[in-house]
Amino acid sequence: MLYFLIFISAIFVNNIVLSQFLGICPFLGVSKKIDTALGMGAAVTFVLVLATVVTYLLQKLLIVWHIEFLQTILFILVIAALVQMIEIILKKISPSLYEALGVFLPLITTNCCILGVAILVANGTNKLPVGLDHNLLTGTLFAFATAIGFALALVIFAGIREQLSMYKLPKAMEGTPIALLTAGLLAMAFMGFSGVV
Amino acid sequence: MNKETKVLLNGILKENPTFGLVLGMCPTLATTTSAINGMSMGLATLFVLVCSNVVISLLKNLIPDKVRIPSFIVVIATFVTMVQLLMQAYLPTIYETLGLFIPLIVVNCIVLGRAEAFAAKNSVGLSALDGIGMGLGFTLALTILGAIREFLGTGAVFGLHIYPENYGALLFVLAPGAFICLGYVMAIMNKIQNK
Amino acid sequence: MAKLVSSFKNMALSLTVITLVAAAALAGIYMLTQARIEKQKRDAETAAQQAVLNGDANGKAIKVSVDGFGGKMIVMVGFAQDGTILGYKILEHQETPGLGDKATWWFKQEDKPNQNIIGRKANGQFRVSKDGGDIDAITAATISSRAFLKSINDAYVDFMAQQGEEVEGWAGASIVESGVAEPDSTEVAEMEAVNE
Repeated sequence: MLYFLIFISAIFVNNIVLSQFLGICPFLGVSKKIDTALGMGAAVTFVLVLATVVTYLLQKLLIVWHIEFLQTILFILVIAALVQMIEIILKKISPSLYEALGVFLPLITTNCCILGVAILVANGTNKLPVGLDHNLLTGTLFAFATAIGFALALVIFAGIREQLSMYKLPKAMEGTPIALLTAGLLAMAFMGFSGVV
Repeated sequence: MNKETKVLLNGILKENPTFGLVLGMCPTLATTTSAINGMSMGLATLFVLVCSNVVISLLKNLIPDKVRIPSFIVVIATFVTMVQLLMQAYLPTIYETLGLFIPLIVVNCIVLGRAEAFAAKNSVGLSALDGIGMGLGFTLALTILGAIREFLGTGAVFGLHIYPENYGALLFVLAPGAFICLGYVMAIMNKIQNK
Repeated sequence: MAKLVSSFKNMALSLTVITLVAAAALAGIYMLTQARIEKQKRDAETAAQQAVLNGDANGKAIKVSVDGFGGKMIVMVGFAQDGTILGYKILEHQETPGLGDKATWWFKQEDKPNQNIIGRKANGQFRVSKDGGDIDAITAATISSRAFLKSINDAYVDFMAQQGEEVEGWAGASIVESGVAEPDSTEVAEMEAVNE
């Protein structure tokens, strides 16, 4: 039951983009087409889960060594290195997957939802539906569900924008402003989920 | 207008990080629930931006090109951690409010973007001015946005009540209001600039 | 000065030096600020205790955590020796801004007897009027209100346990229709009153 709640909570109720405001840059930048949105969503899922597991374990070391203040700097380095490694490994073992996700990987280091979720899980300060601290399993599940939530928001948003691009808009509203307004309406729709968990 | 003024004003007006370059959207949307929150976030970013610009400009010839990005990230993360520690020590309430978004300055595209686009190519003095300009531009945008949302949502600006809170449209303090408010402010900016 | 070429030696050297200098600088700042950060945390705790005790030297401050609408809600409640509520302070919460977060002041307005809990004698059975109690919930934030009252009730149970007494009929009384406010294991950090 707990695991189910983590899923519902992270995907719908506390959607990372629409209610936590993390990962807005790719949300606005890579959402003009559904295909690219799917690619970005898959790449983020991959990196987010791996990064969360690695940083969760790293945090245990930081606590043992009493150097918690190095958290920010070490986490971002680990994430950057991880992204590089994934890029190299993917290139070697699965060129087709690399073809699909490769372009998005460099963008992911500076996607704040990766570092954000890593810090939330490591510090145990996120909105777990039940007032519990994370363990490795719930942390990993939470990261996975969060990434699914990100991908879902991105794909829905891209779908709307594909439609929207066919209409004529006032010049001042074109581009980012109308994208933001659309996101606002989407956020309102997702607010309907609040209180479910 | 001399070069220095131009660099300084560039970040505030022409290439305003929020309205012009559309960078750093996460803190812009998340922390502008009130004018004071927006301003605090802006000032924290300003500090990191100026420090990292200066240090990166000083080190630019000592960093080989291929390890440029990781080196920049280390420098930026160092200053972010400093802000975290100093805020916890001296401004704990604001630190609590801004929470996660202080460590996330590390991945704010403005900071890395300015390091790469400006500080790595220009003198220390100009880089510092660029950092101040960009930081002020960001702070200004966040403060304005925070003030608008606070005013529409709670009837106050900087905590000062202008009309009764009951008439405020709560939506503007909540998540959707952030998107909608920023969308309209940007549209207005576009309109003004196109004239 | 010419730019360093990207040879392996230069790359490794410059990255190592930058990281070492950064770590050293941070360690320095950490040592300088650590004492003050800890003092700030202690001060906040003491200030909260003093605020909820409202000057009662024999009172007790109890900290409890419950599940609110948006996440964990940590509340500190001050009790006089006879169980009268002296004050409360919400230390941490993730309730909706503008709705649930009104709990920080909603239940301590002395001019509104239907909402106010300050000065009332706790009995471990505070409820919102919707659930048959006599306390008005925050407008449009019933779940947050339920969670808040549960924290007061839980705190009272802990308070009585510390006084060595059981609260009668409490286990039966704590069932609330909402799944959010189900009794859970409250993590309790007991503190003696500051000036005891």
